[in-house]
Amino acid sequence: MKVRAVTRWTSHFWWAVSIAALGFIIAILLSIFAFVIVHGAPALRPALFTPVTSGVAGGLANAIAGTLLLVSIGLVIAGAVGIGTALWVVEYAPQWAARAVRYMIDVLAGVPSIVVGYFLYVALVEVLGWGFSLVAGALSLAIFVLPYVERSADIALTNVPRELREGSVAMGARQGVTMLSIDLPYAIPGILTGLLVAIGIGLGETAPLIYTAGWSNYLPTLAPTHSPVGYLTYVVWTYISQPFAASHALAYAAATLLMVFVFATNLVARSFVEYRFSGRGGR
Amino acid sequence: MQRVGTQPLLRYATGAFALASFGLIFLMLLFLVVYAYPAIRFNGTAFFTSPIWNIGNQYGSATVTRAGFTAQAGASFGSLVFVSGTLLSSFLAMIVAVPLSLLVALAIVYRVPAALKPLANAVVELMAGVPSVVYGLWGMIVLVPFIGNRLSPTGNGDGLLAAAMILALMVVPIMVATTRDVVQAQQASIYEASMALGSTSWQAVTRAVLPSVRSGIAGSVLLAFGRALGETMAVLMVCGAAINTLPHGIFSPINTIAAVIVSQLESALTDASGMAQRSLGELALALFVITLIVNAVARIVLHGGDRSGAVG
Repeated sequence: MKVRAVTRWTSHFWWAVSIAALGFIIAILLSIFAFVIVHGAPALRPALFTPVTSGVAGGLANAIAGTLLLVSIGLVIAGAVGIGTALWVVEYAPQWAARAVRYMIDVLAGVPSIVVGYFLYVALVEVLGWGFSLVAGALSLAIFVLPYVERSADIALTNVPRELREGSVAMGARQGVTMLSIDLPYAIPGILTGLLVAIGIGLGETAPLIYTAGWSNYLPTLAPTHSPVGYLTYVVWTYISQPFAASHALAYAAATLLMVFVFATNLVARSFVEYRFSGRGGR
Repeated sequence: MQRVGTQPLLRYATGAFALASFGLIFLMLLFLVVYAYPAIRFNGTAFFTSPIWNIGNQYGSATVTRAGFTAQAGASFGSLVFVSGTLLSSFLAMIVAVPLSLLVALAIVYRVPAALKPLANAVVELMAGVPSVVYGLWGMIVLVPFIGNRLSPTGNGDGLLAAAMILALMVVPIMVATTRDVVQAQQASIYEASMALGSTSWQAVTRAVLPSVRSGIAGSVLLAFGRALGETMAVLMVCGAAINTLPHGIFSPINTIAAVIVSQLESALTDASGMAQRSLGELALALFVITLIVNAVARIVLHGGDRSGAVG
């Protein structure tokens, strides 16, 4: 009986440790939140949003506009390629080809963003001579989020009920028509969730942009090439290392904005998932 | 009976996108190999064995030529400091993150009340969503001074420990999510059968449930390891940016391949021979190959190509 009591005690002990571990990561998350908001909130004044960065201070207009522009264009590219790939894989591809494409997409998800950045730096900035530019930056984001877009579109399309497809084909619809009028609409919530996740990831990226978008103190020009673009994550990274309170305030303000953007998209994506697949768990 | 019209067009259009997705990795690999080739020849094996990274003397026209390729005089492009820093920080991160993630995942599956589970899952997802630079910022301002003031004998907080701790926090949500999912997907009958045989709930989980999902867990550990190896900004902000000095302790400054690619860009651009840039390309290639191998093994461990299990 003694041994039994000890094992029971051991079990209680380890469960207590596991709950403490959960408590620990919640505490860390709260610490990060509190840290960013306490430092960043005082800096979030209206005056922050209209001027551009100048020297070690100024506003964030150029960085906000640049981030939104880079993410939007990157998302359009990743959306077209990712959804197109998913459609081909689910609707047309022979089994072996579908496996091969899915495998490479999974591998792509594991490629470090800095490698993508360096590749585009060599290919676009140097070899093609585009310089640091909007298109190079947007492409780096597109490549990095492509796996997330493809995967969620792929899963959403695969989950279209057979009966719906067969019904459509039985009515004499061609495959392309079935694909566009039955499968795609049915899969839209899943696809949108993937795009929202991609926005969240794209907003927070830094490393590949340093090598592709560069940095600019001016509002983005919309020129596709030869014109560097500013973005929020760069402000966080560089302005915190300046020895001035004004630049620290900018870094914290940029971090706060990033957190707000990222969590807003995460929460919308989450509510989407729960609305669409309620009871099946997130993702 | 195939009819012409929308179908072939859609087939080819979507097929072209699929081909682009498929070929991207090969294109990136090819490009980097071709670009870095002069550096690969110039650096030879010293790339792997030398701890010295020096772009050479840029004032003056003296050059050095090896294997037919030229760099500035005195140039040496060794990656030993960066490769060792990358591996050490990621290993150390995993030593902390793996048990922590397992414990958190088990708590979420077996101990968090059903009503609070969405909240716990939201915490994990939000943690995964925090941008890398924000982890870096928190690391710089909160973690590094803590290590410097409370733990480090030298008072220096930047370095191996700080980098590994930040990496651990960043990969925990990835591993928790996958472990939680594979444990949840495992038949409850295994847990119940073990309980019926008289084990405690902890024994049932650690001796029956976890062993039955070990390939899923091993796969997620490898994916997280791959992620840690390539993490850039957060590590760059807390690693101490060591150059030409090998890590000698847990508090010593380190550098990683990813971090040095960012921090050395400006310096490399001043190298008129271009060899410094190409050597950074060789570094990127080395990181690429290392993460490709880790990821390929992870995919094999996770039910050989079936992708029901993990999300990278």
